[in-house]
Amino acid sequence: MKEQIKQIRQVAEEAIAAAQSEQEIEALRIRFLGKKGELTAILKQMGGVSPEERPIIGQLANEVRSYIEEQISTISASLKAQSAAKKLESEKIDVTIPGRATTLGQKHPLNIVLDEIKEIFLGMGFDVAEGPEVELDYYNFEALNIPKDHPARDTQDTFYITENILLRTQTSPVQVRVMEKQKPPIRVISPGRVYRSDAVDATHSPVFHQIEGLVVDKGITMGDLKGTLEDFAKRLYGDDSVFRFRPHHFPFTEPSAEMDTMCFNCQGKGCRLCKGEGWIEILGCGMVHPKVLANCGIDPEEYSGFAFGLGLERIVMRRFGIDDMRLLFENDIRFLNQF
Amino acid sequence: MNLSMRWLKEFVNVDVNPHDYSEALTMSGSKVEGYSVEAEEITGVKVGRVLSIEKHPDADKLVVCQLDMGNEQIQIVTGASNLTVGDLVPVATDGACLPNDVKIKKGKLRGVVSQGMMCSIAELGVTLGDFPYAIEDGIFVLQEDCKPGDDVKEAIGLNDTVVEFEITSNRPDCLSVIGLARETAVTLDKPFNEHTPVVTEGDGNINDLLDVKIETPLCKRYMARVVKNIKVEPSPRWLRERLRASGVRPISNIVDITNYVMLEYGQPMHAFDHRFVDGGKIVVRQANNGEKITTLDGAERELNENMMIIADSKKPIAVAGVMGGEFSGIMEDTDTIVFESACFDGASVRTTAKALGMRTDASSRYEKGLPAELCEAALDRACELITMLGAGEVVGGYIDCGDYDKEPKTVKFEPEWTNKFLGTNIEKSEMISILERLGFTVDGDIITVPYYRIDIEHKADIAEEIARIYGYNNIEDTGIRGCANGKVTESQKFERNINNSMLSLGYSQINTYSYISPKEYDMINMPNDEQMRKSVKIMNPLGEDTSLMRNTTLPSIMRILSLNYKNRNADARLYEIATEYIPLGENELPIERKVLTVGAYGKLDFYDIKGVVEETLRKMNIKEWDIIATDKEYAFHPGRTALLTIDGKKLGVIGQIHPSVCANYDIDDEVYVAMIDFNTMYENQNDERTYHSLPRFPSVTRDLAILCDIDLPVLSLKKAIISGAGPLLEKVELFDIFTGEQIEKGKKSVAYSLTLRSDSGTLNEKQSDKVITKIIAEVEKLGATLRS
Repeated sequence: MKEQIKQIRQVAEEAIAAAQSEQEIEALRIRFLGKKGELTAILKQMGGVSPEERPIIGQLANEVRSYIEEQISTISASLKAQSAAKKLESEKIDVTIPGRATTLGQKHPLNIVLDEIKEIFLGMGFDVAEGPEVELDYYNFEALNIPKDHPARDTQDTFYITENILLRTQTSPVQVRVMEKQKPPIRVISPGRVYRSDAVDATHSPVFHQIEGLVVDKGITMGDLKGTLEDFAKRLYGDDSVFRFRPHHFPFTEPSAEMDTMCFNCQGKGCRLCKGEGWIEILGCGMVHPKVLANCGIDPEEYSGFAFGLGLERIVMRRFGIDDMRLLFENDIRFLNQF
Repeated sequence: MNLSMRWLKEFVNVDVNPHDYSEALTMSGSKVEGYSVEAEEITGVKVGRVLSIEKHPDADKLVVCQLDMGNEQIQIVTGASNLTVGDLVPVATDGACLPNDVKIKKGKLRGVVSQGMMCSIAELGVTLGDFPYAIEDGIFVLQEDCKPGDDVKEAIGLNDTVVEFEITSNRPDCLSVIGLARETAVTLDKPFNEHTPVVTEGDGNINDLLDVKIETPLCKRYMARVVKNIKVEPSPRWLRERLRASGVRPISNIVDITNYVMLEYGQPMHAFDHRFVDGGKIVVRQANNGEKITTLDGAERELNENMMIIADSKKPIAVAGVMGGEFSGIMEDTDTIVFESACFDGASVRTTAKALGMRTDASSRYEKGLPAELCEAALDRACELITMLGAGEVVGGYIDCGDYDKEPKTVKFEPEWTNKFLGTNIEKSEMISILERLGFTVDGDIITVPYYRIDIEHKADIAEEIARIYGYNNIEDTGIRGCANGKVTESQKFERNINNSMLSLGYSQINTYSYISPKEYDMINMPNDEQMRKSVKIMNPLGEDTSLMRNTTLPSIMRILSLNYKNRNADARLYEIATEYIPLGENELPIERKVLTVGAYGKLDFYDIKGVVEETLRKMNIKEWDIIATDKEYAFHPGRTALLTIDGKKLGVIGQIHPSVCANYDIDDEVYVAMIDFNTMYENQNDERTYHSLPRFPSVTRDLAILCDIDLPVLSLKKAIISGAGPLLEKVELFDIFTGEQIEKGKKSVAYSLTLRSDSGTLNEKQSDKVITKIIAEVEKLGATLRS
């Protein structure tokens, strides 16, 4: 019997080594180790073995069984790895084929920059206020220290609906409405559409967007105006931008100023972009005129404030290098898809 | 305002270069737009003396000249015939440059060497007005104090630097050489050399020649002087030069003097020929309706009672502050003139000039508001110049009438408040010094404002004066004290979320004009119904095409789709949260209503755009809304349009645009548009969002194929399924609609996939069957049957 068992071991060893697939291995496992397998068949003959030899034969049979099991498991692991590798190999794809198209909508360039500006001011503690585009003359002009015969009305080129109703020429009327409703402290920006009767060309549009801001509280100074706006402008234009404040005139602020940024194209030397000035105007601002505060029911002896306004289109055009304002309102998708 | 630096230097010793000068004045409040040097492009043109003129050997019309150029002698061939030996002429030598990029090179004319070109006035870019003694057709023979070899630009004074200022509307005083000189002196910290004009009076008494009467409150002051024995001739070179540099064409001495004084003082002047002042009487009054005048520009103008005029005893002779009459102007044989220096109401001049469509140098100064005090110095200066130029003899005395507030304005001096307001620590003495240099006087805590500063009224104005001279950029930057939280309103958040939803769904954001042409209502098939077409109308539009504020956003999106289609963009998916303007009463502000406007064409159909709307409404958590087919939307396809409602209130419309509307917009494709009212969405959002525990038991899926009338909207089937199923129905999904051979004519098969689930246990067959039975019962009420 010993010989028979050894024989099985040898046959099994050779057969397993020659196996090529998991199916073959499984067949061998059944052939040798299964309930009706060769080894089991041998052990069934144990009855005819002397009691002395039984433990020895038993041990030998167990050794051979373990040995065959080990051989099977080793070879089957290696065969599994081989077939997994083959599968992976067969699944190879060309990763350079373009991805399947899924299109996101494009935010309009005006809104891209507007959202950025809103976010900066929200972070600086400003609320966002809105107001009507078709506005009363009072809010657009009179409350802002621009009475009926004021020359500034000429330069604003206003669209009128009736004698007393017009298309707002600035978003400042929103500030007046805010001041009428809200007690200081006030920190608010009012973005929106404004209208002036400029014929459409590459740099003018009768409809455009403004963002105006207002701060009113006790003890607001011109230093606060400068500090706040410089802070804002650095966030919008980058930390290394250089700014200056230049005296100007607006009927609703006093002192009034315009804020310039050093031309980023020529670093102040003067070029075509900045028309040789070395500086580019970015916004108008000033300390709120005491008359305007008083018009809105705020005591100018107790409170002071500053206001500012910037035109969105110009900023957007400079940001993206757009040379014609009309493109912003044409909405050609080949244009929109660039931002 | 163009400022001649040569003129400026008469008042201030400017010793910085034009660049630094411009920078300094800009930063103190007088914005410089740019500067230029006259005739900068001219180089290499020198004075030459004609030594000899000989006939050209081979050309009848040419002569050969020898010229003394100072250090050399050159030969030039010319066709000009106005030269004589000894003449001094401008010579463009070899390599010289002239205006309009003309370059001069030596060469040969008909075989004879010519080493340059002698120039005419036009070739130097000047006019007869600038050099009245020259001729237009021929060489410019110089009558200037110069010698051969001199640079011609210096010889003829064509070398001034002109600085162009942009003066803000509050500073009409700076629309003058003296005003800018004052600013220059303060900015550069140099003395301002003030000049007080002195009038040399001759014989006679003005009152014998002229009588002035003011009959309108809009004329605050009227001053006049009379000058006799006028000799009309060209002005001297220095005066012509200054006018030219300032952009004013020299004409003749009297006219030039009025222009010169206006430029120097900022006070418009006028000169009347005394012969044509009927009755020697000047009346300042409002015009009569229908009265006519022919102005200096030769146009006849009809006047009305809102216009202020200067009249003689019979007729208008000038439109006050705007323009003089043609016949009363200065002529060659004028002998006696009346100089007017007056103060007219700015608003009145502005509206008159506007009504007559003639904005002049004078009117644009008056309309900003000029002080009455200015009249006197200007009138005196004009008479001083008359004497200086020997242009006439000033008659004794002057007329000064009118009524104006002679009390100077005062403002309280509050240095502490000023520092607090500006955020500075400027010494009181420095403030006083700044103010005094600007012409204010400070006495204790009272600041007296100089008459020419009509813009100063308030201590904030004083703060600006101090700040701009101290330097805005010397004020220390500070942050606002105290903290604040920026807030976004609920409605702003809602809008932001809609934007996010539309963008993620692949729709691009657009910005459209808010106004439209009245024709666009026709283009979208809007019935010609006055009520429906009622719009906010612009009184003074740029054109009819932009004259109405839209009361629907449809034309705007159609325009943009049309443009994209025309530009051959195959596929467009666009949206805008746009405003509609709905008029109310005559004197009421309109309602401004935001509408989510979605438009698309290309590879899509009704259900694509409906899906986008559905998903957005779902994302925005809008309360249950209803949808029904409509054929009442005039701009839309009658069979492919749906009305969306919430509680019976219109939420919006989705549909295919009517092919005839597409044709009006030149789009040969199916266009789909949805217009959803923003506020209705906002007011109907379900802001409660609460967690429901995730299901613990498995669901059961059943498919149902239902046979029904082909016209039955599937939404009714869905509603029946939901109402029949009860709470165990988790989800109902339409997955197929089928008509065809196996289906009875006039019927359709609609297939639904139902998901049933219970919170309390796994559903068994029996429970599920019970639900299905109830559903079938409900569906059968619609005349539908289960398809077996």
